[in-house]
Amino acid sequence: MVRFSGVTKRYGDLTVLDNLDLDVAPQEKVAIIGPSGSGKTTVLRMLMTLERIDDGVIYVDGRPLTHMESNGGLVRANEKYLRSVRGDIGMVFQHFNLFPHMTVLRNCTEAPINVLGLPKAQAEERAVELLELVGLGDKLGEYPQRLSGGQKQRVAIARALAMRPKVMLFDEVTSALDPELVGEVLNAIRMLGKQFQLTMLMVTHQMGFAKEFADRVCFFYEGKIHEEGPPEQIFNAPERERTQQFLSAVLEAG
Amino acid sequence: MFWDWEYAFEVLPVLAGASIITIQATVLGFILALVLGLIFAIMRMSRNRAISGATTAVVEFIRSTPLLIQIFFIYFVLPEFGIVLDAFLAGTLALGIHYATYCSEVYRAGIEAIPRGQWEAATALNLSPTTTFRDIIIPQAIPPVVPALGNYLVALFKETPLLSAIAVLELMQTAKILGSQNFRYIEPITLVGGFFLIFSLIASAANRYAERRLSTIGKR
Repeated sequence: MVRFSGVTKRYGDLTVLDNLDLDVAPQEKVAIIGPSGSGKTTVLRMLMTLERIDDGVIYVDGRPLTHMESNGGLVRANEKYLRSVRGDIGMVFQHFNLFPHMTVLRNCTEAPINVLGLPKAQAEERAVELLELVGLGDKLGEYPQRLSGGQKQRVAIARALAMRPKVMLFDEVTSALDPELVGEVLNAIRMLGKQFQLTMLMVTHQMGFAKEFADRVCFFYEGKIHEEGPPEQIFNAPERERTQQFLSAVLEAG
Repeated sequence: MFWDWEYAFEVLPVLAGASIITIQATVLGFILALVLGLIFAIMRMSRNRAISGATTAVVEFIRSTPLLIQIFFIYFVLPEFGIVLDAFLAGTLALGIHYATYCSEVYRAGIEAIPRGQWEAATALNLSPTTTFRDIIIPQAIPPVVPALGNYLVALFKETPLLSAIAVLELMQTAKILGSQNFRYIEPITLVGGFFLIFSLIASAANRYAERRLSTIGKR
């Protein structure tokens, strides 16, 4: 479903992602863990086309995402092409990024109406359904400022889902939340995993959740996948020293 | 007597009539400034270097040359190129274009204050650039800069006497004519000054009220 092929990203002299290869199967749930600065968030941001790629190609559903075909070769995608391929991907951000001047409902109907061209009534029906699913059916008319962090993040999830993406990206979605609100957001994600046929990539610090929810865990270190495998293997019997050090440090911190 | 009340009351209705021209020039000029200013601001942010560079050059040029020269240019020089405008239109156009460059800076500050996350969310939802500006950026960028725009409304209003230079029959020109007809300037000029004072105070009060209202909406 998603394939990174030799993807490299640099900021000046700093190489954030170094020749990354990663294949994600349809409906696979991949947890990305690793120390800060290891390039894990960059993986999601490049897939969402928020960052330009310096080298390599990303494919989504077999189509090159970052590049387009031209004269038999691949050239860097322009904005128009990006708009045509971006629709398969949805993203939920660490800091929610809800539109503060719109109600919860409008946050979830804005893109379906303007991008997918849905009639207002149909977009609202879809939005209400999703908001009810994440437990916010009673907050339709509220503005984001009046919601708790957990509620905001659930709105953000519903907003992304309203576009019917095939791939969902979760970028440290619980990191900005008070500890007691983490559970409700994770529950919402669990529920999506069951209800929708989504491919998911999540950058997370919630090791317990990664262990239980993910099909595969990738440990990033210095811009590379240092170790990957099923959660039982990564969490119970990591082979490489860096992985062991990282996990013991994280688990110790609780 | 130094101040002639009888004469003052005699010229007052004439000046009141002229004040309508002043207000028309202010309102039309400011509407043009608001619309054109927003267009300038967005064009300056264009990713196309040619567009943003050209817009920046035009804006800087207009901002750095006197309004009076621009009024003269539009009224006296453009006819050489076959564009003939009547004095009111030429003057209002010059006011609008000149203040559009100031307004564009204000809009730009408002737009740049929008957090990056808003742009990223718009990209993630695949909103087009037009929808992003119309529905996400502009509605958040403008309320905080309304007071700054309001200040430019008052400033533009106070510059309308410049239109007397191309004989637009606004307040100042009318006062000058009355003065030269009757060889008494003190009453008409003073009345014009009083008129500007009153309207500026009203506009400033309205602006402060708008500022308060907007800050309460912001806390919703």
